[in-house]
Amino acid sequence: MINKVVNNIDSALKGVESKMTFMFGGFGLSGIPENSIAALSKKDIFGLTCISNNAGVDDFGLGLLLQRKQIKKMISSYVGENTEFERQMLSGTLEVDLIPQGSLAERCRAGGAGIPAFFTPAGYGTEVAEGKEVREFNGKPHILESALTADFAFVKAWRGDSAGNLIYKGTARNFNPLMAMAGKITVAEVEELVPAGELDPNQIHTPGIFVQRILQGEKYEKRIEQRTVRPRE
Amino acid sequence: MALDKNQIAQRIAQELDHNMYVNLGIGIPTLVANYIPKDVDIEFQSENGVLGMGPFPLEGAEDPDLINAGKQTITTMPGAALFDSATSFAMIRGRHVQLTVLGAMEVSENGDIANWKIPGKMVKGMGGAMDLVASADNIIVAMMHTNRQGESKILKKCRLPITGVNCVKKIVTNLAVLEVTKNGFKLLERAPGIRLEEIIKATEAELIIEGEIPEMIL
Repeated sequence: MINKVVNNIDSALKGVESKMTFMFGGFGLSGIPENSIAALSKKDIFGLTCISNNAGVDDFGLGLLLQRKQIKKMISSYVGENTEFERQMLSGTLEVDLIPQGSLAERCRAGGAGIPAFFTPAGYGTEVAEGKEVREFNGKPHILESALTADFAFVKAWRGDSAGNLIYKGTARNFNPLMAMAGKITVAEVEELVPAGELDPNQIHTPGIFVQRILQGEKYEKRIEQRTVRPRE
Repeated sequence: MALDKNQIAQRIAQELDHNMYVNLGIGIPTLVANYIPKDVDIEFQSENGVLGMGPFPLEGAEDPDLINAGKQTITTMPGAALFDSATSFAMIRGRHVQLTVLGAMEVSENGDIANWKIPGKMVKGMGGAMDLVASADNIIVAMMHTNRQGESKILKKCRLPITGVNCVKKIVTNLAVLEVTKNGFKLLERAPGIRLEEIIKATEAELIIEGEIPEMIL
């Protein structure tokens, strides 16, 4: 068994530098690596390229890195929940590459799977297709999208073991397994870390081979963005 | 009377068939789930990674690890499945999800849709919309017939940056039900009490009108 456990967040972040490319799992605020983001926001690293489906909210998630102007470029599919993001984008200090959500997911998956590029119908005929190769398959036009990789991928799972195997919960899975595959160094933070052998191998979502460092997150706020309930009948 | 948002959703619910997998967009489309007949079995897919999405939770039962694509707390139905974003869009691009209902800012007569960007004004991103419209077999648009300025959203050609080409099959607005045919928009139904002239006046594109146009039955 290869032991991937690091004992604290400083060891987990060892080697992060300015101008690096980072991936962050999560959809909205669900399944984001809260502890890694909070620790990165305290480091003096700047000029980062961040790949994440969303950009957090003003005071939580990637919003913390935006507040300190640590991010130079964001690669996302939807960024509508963050006024600081919008301010920096409109003033031209933040570069933004908006890409379709399915293409973002597949580009991360491809990056981890050794597929340099692929054709997809998503975005054909739109701004997204500008400058991209178009090819017809079965009479339908598709555009060429390239794979994404990162210096570090930060992911969050529900349970993990010392071998780096991960199990996610609910819709907090989202981009995490794909980004885990695409990081040169993948840091997994989990709510519960157990010794190897305690997780059922049949139930593993991300095999430990994709994870270089694993730690149990110190605390989880798990903020809800849109608390929506139905009335009791 | 022109339909309200709930009535638009109610009319769209009539398009849902037994055993369909359906993706509902944010806004009016979300309301469609409230009008599914009890005897019709439907499974709702949400692109952030759930199939078999149920109603909103009761107060106190909200789970931050269980949300829909609008980031709202949800529940799951018996038989639900959870998966990652790449698998989710495989269901969508791979045409396993049979019907997509989404909102729009503009639709053109060849079925192009614009719903993600107003240059200089709204730059939130396309989310999953471009993947959803890229290869779905059936796309129904739920929207108001005109924008806040009273201008038609049903156009010869989209003016805003488009989300996808030749993809919309049907539109349900507060005034009418329209089908996108290869010859343009065909008027299928009128909202109750809305006259033909009112629909023509509110529509920039040409309408194909054949015979008597019936009123919607809600």
